[in-house]
Amino acid sequence: MSIKDKESEIVEEFAMFEDWDGKYEYLIDLGKDLPAISAEYKTDDYKIKGCQSQVWLHAELIGGRVRFTADSDAIITKGIIALLVRVFDDETPDAIAEADLQFINEIGLAQHLSPTRSNGLLSMIKQMKMYAIAFKVQNT
Amino acid sequence: MYNLKDLANTVLSSAEIREQFPVLGISVNGRPLVYLDNGATSQKPKCVIDSLAKYYNEQNANIHRGVHTLSQEATSLFESTRSSLKRFLNAEHEHEIIFTSGTTQGINLVAHSFGKAFINKGDEVIISALEHHSNIVPWQMMCEDKGAVLRVIPMNNAGELDLSVLASMLSNKTKIIAITHVSNALGTINPVEEIIALAKQYKIPVLIDGAQAVQHQQVDVRKLDCDFYVFSAHKMFGPTGVGVLYGKEKWLNAMPPYMGGGDMIKTVTFEKTEYNELPHKFEAGTPNIADVIAFGESIRFMEEIGFDTIRIREEELLQYATQKLSEIDGLRIFGTAAKKTGVISFNIEGLHPYDVGTILDQLGIAVRTGHHCTQPIMDYYRIPGTVRASFAFYNTMEEVDVLSAGIKKAIKMLKR
Ligand SMILES: Cc1ncc(COP(=O)(O)O)c(C=O)c1O
Repeated sequence: MSIKDKESEIVEEFAMFEDWDGKYEYLIDLGKDLPAISAEYKTDDYKIKGCQSQVWLHAELIGGRVRFTADSDAIITKGIIALLVRVFDDETPDAIAEADLQFINEIGLAQHLSPTRSNGLLSMIKQMKMYAIAFKVQNT
Repeated sequence: MYNLKDLANTVLSSAEIREQFPVLGISVNGRPLVYLDNGATSQKPKCVIDSLAKYYNEQNANIHRGVHTLSQEATSLFESTRSSLKRFLNAEHEHEIIFTSGTTQGINLVAHSFGKAFINKGDEVIISALEHHSNIVPWQMMCEDKGAVLRVIPMNNAGELDLSVLASMLSNKTKIIAITHVSNALGTINPVEEIIALAKQYKIPVLIDGAQAVQHQQVDVRKLDCDFYVFSAHKMFGPTGVGVLYGKEKWLNAMPPYMGGGDMIKTVTFEKTEYNELPHKFEAGTPNIADVIAFGESIRFMEEIGFDTIRIREEELLQYATQKLSEIDGLRIFGTAAKKTGVISFNIEGLHPYDVGTILDQLGIAVRTGHHCTQPIMDYYRIPGTVRASFAFYNTMEEVDVLSAGIKKAIKMLKR
């Protein structure tokens, strides 16, 4: 499934909830369902700077595709990173590096997930793209 | 004998007070705003906002320089705030009131200029475990520069300082003590009178960071006998970008200027500059004229409300909120000092403060989450941060109820 398709799927899922509480609860559930990051990556080396809560992110290239795992000590932040992992995981470095994410504006949490908030959303996206670019360079 | 509580209620009703603050009537995320982030900055009454508009509409001119009428009028308005502050703090002289851009600049000024004149290699500067980063970093920078040593008065689990340790720290190496009057993260009111008395035994000057005190209680710098007292207008219902450094004349005269420029000079040649007198020596360049004038309005406003009313209302809010929040399962309050201002810092067991703050925001409740620029306090408790509700006299019991219900809703959503 392409990044665009995954984005549409997420937008559709969030459209099922009319109220902010429903949307948030769904985000929290996504966070809870995020597969655990291996303990060896839950260290300062893998921490993303710029978030009020702690976020750990790891990536590796397997068969030409980037595989992400992540975690956070705040459950809403974990929901946000879970959404990003879902969109970017198992995609090629090129696709990730070039992606222009739209779903954040469309799931109805845009006002909360705006980049100026201290949620670290921008830092997370930047870090994921950095991994993709690094893998790209490695491969050429 | 009158009953203070009745007196407070008859002076101005809660609704009358709230009407003075336009922003308290707005909605956030579709809910009426419940503003409980007064520790970060307070809201502004109409008289302050009107004063800003009036200044730019009718009074704008540069000060201390013009022969023309407008300049002289602006100068006299600007200087009248200085004289209000002299009265407000009971300072001995008007020229002991230095306008700054805020608490942070005031502390940096003293760390720099006092440090330059009086601190040498091996000397010691004492701060406390309760300081805001603004009262840590400038001293660290100065100490690094001078080869001096920064020492810290420890705190206990309630968030109170241990003065017996302070007594053992003092020596003739100690050159200054810089301490917060009230902790922004925990609300602890420090026994600054005792600290100053101890320091006097060694003739050590004391700087008090009053950023979280002046909006809650009458401060009398002469009675305190502190050497420096700093604070920000924006936390006391005034505009942003203005603050005060009160300093005893003898120190301010003995300290070199902080910044060079216009207004702070007497004569300038390329060889040498003769500095101007106090307070101008420390007020280089065109100051924040409009905001200083509006600050005068916020002082007048606070004096009109009166510290009796302010104290009674805030104590009631603190008591009620402490009781209501303590009833919530898994809620732990950080900072349980015997003497506190209206600040409740808390966490919910198993929940991150950021998550709780996010849900409260959706409910229109403005609280602060994070380390509150006091990372050493968070390290002491081994927590990433807290949720902090900080009250002003315009907050209401109903708002405490909304907060308490909001926390319960956040717990329900986050702990599903
Ligand atoms: C105790 C204390 N000191 C210093 C400051 C810094 O004040 P300002 O940012 O207005 O310079 C604050 C503000 O949060 C404070 O609470």
